[in-house]
Amino acid sequence: MNHLLRELAPITDAGWEELEDEARRQLVASLAARKLVDFSGPRGWQHSATNLGRTETVETSVVEGVAPVRRRVLPLVEPRVPFTLARSELDDVARGAEDADLDDLAQAARRIALAENVAVFNGWDAAGITGITEASPHAPIGLTDDLTACPRHIARAVEVLLSSGVGGPYGLALGPEVYKSVVETTEHGGYPLFDHLRKILDGPLVWAPGVDGGIVLSLRGGDFLFECGQDIAIGYDNHDAENVELYFVESFSFRVATPEAAVALPTTAAKASRKRR
Amino acid sequence: MPTEQYHEPPGELPDDVRTFARMCTSLIEEAEAIGWYAQRLALEGDSEAAAIMRDAQDEEFKHFSMDLEFLLRRTPLWRAVAERVLFQSGDITENADAAEEVFEDAPGDDDAPLIPGSDGSLGIGSLKGMQR
Repeated sequence: MNHLLRELAPITDAGWEELEDEARRQLVASLAARKLVDFSGPRGWQHSATNLGRTETVETSVVEGVAPVRRRVLPLVEPRVPFTLARSELDDVARGAEDADLDDLAQAARRIALAENVAVFNGWDAAGITGITEASPHAPIGLTDDLTACPRHIARAVEVLLSSGVGGPYGLALGPEVYKSVVETTEHGGYPLFDHLRKILDGPLVWAPGVDGGIVLSLRGGDFLFECGQDIAIGYDNHDAENVELYFVESFSFRVATPEAAVALPTTAAKASRKRR
Repeated sequence: MPTEQYHEPPGELPDDVRTFARMCTSLIEEAEAIGWYAQRLALEGDSEAAAIMRDAQDEEFKHFSMDLEFLLRRTPLWRAVAERVLFQSGDITENADAAEEVFEDAPGDDDAPLIPGSDGSLGIGSLKGMQR
């Protein structure tokens, strides 16, 4: 048995299969950052930190004349999201029910995906993670409500990246509201805005919960580094006669190797300037 | 039922590793079928029969590609190598040599990526390249 303690849960093999299938459906739809940044791992639950290849000075030495430095590492963070399932629903899954109530699982899956997206795109100070928009040195390009101007904004972002020597292809992470608007919009002549933007980028548009507006970033590789220890898993906590308490867990770190490789396009430039530190 | 696709006792293997082995076997079978159709098509004189074989081979191309994509999604290190070799222009062996950087970047054998899912996870791994 590993740290997830799954064998202790009163859940049949068919039940686990159903839970995992539903979890994957929710996670694959919502894990936007993984669709755009480099992923390495998984390196296992025992992997604790990312090597930064850097050092810091140790102020005092144990022996005079010895000048020590200390390695700097980035510890992995462990998001954990609990959820509860009714044992009666799990019993029905074992009987072959295909409409079991797994809403709490679905919400928890979306929540851990949101946490991962926010950490990568916006940063997570307490976990030592600098996000893509925080790191970018480029002035944000504000998206307006007038989406017919959107191709110009995206083209300008691509031009900014090219001017910085950052090659493509490029991807575009779009917050849910903007994504919906882009999908619904056609330009003069009926050409879908979605397809126009994809041609400008030469890459995908990704539905990205947790993103304000949009972010254009290079997909050439080596710029945005997500390191996974434990990939997202379902673990067991406890159960009683009525319910089973489970949780989603993962461990990861994230680094921006090339801050110039992304441009933020917040829904309002003012909002972005408040966020930037 | 024969279980030649397993090299180790199946009962001792976790579910995700058994799935991985099944998909590897499926990939091999699709590649074999593509080769068999290539041989049959080279010899078949009946154009109607050849058309059916060509159609069947087209299906095997699709099946092979789906199997490969599944395995690459579940194995980030393999995917990283494949990204540097597949669909690249230029000399194939030179591209493969360049793909060595994937292993050089790895911190060491002890830190090498696990087969996704073998850590009890959902085996999602990298989604890079997915549309939407």
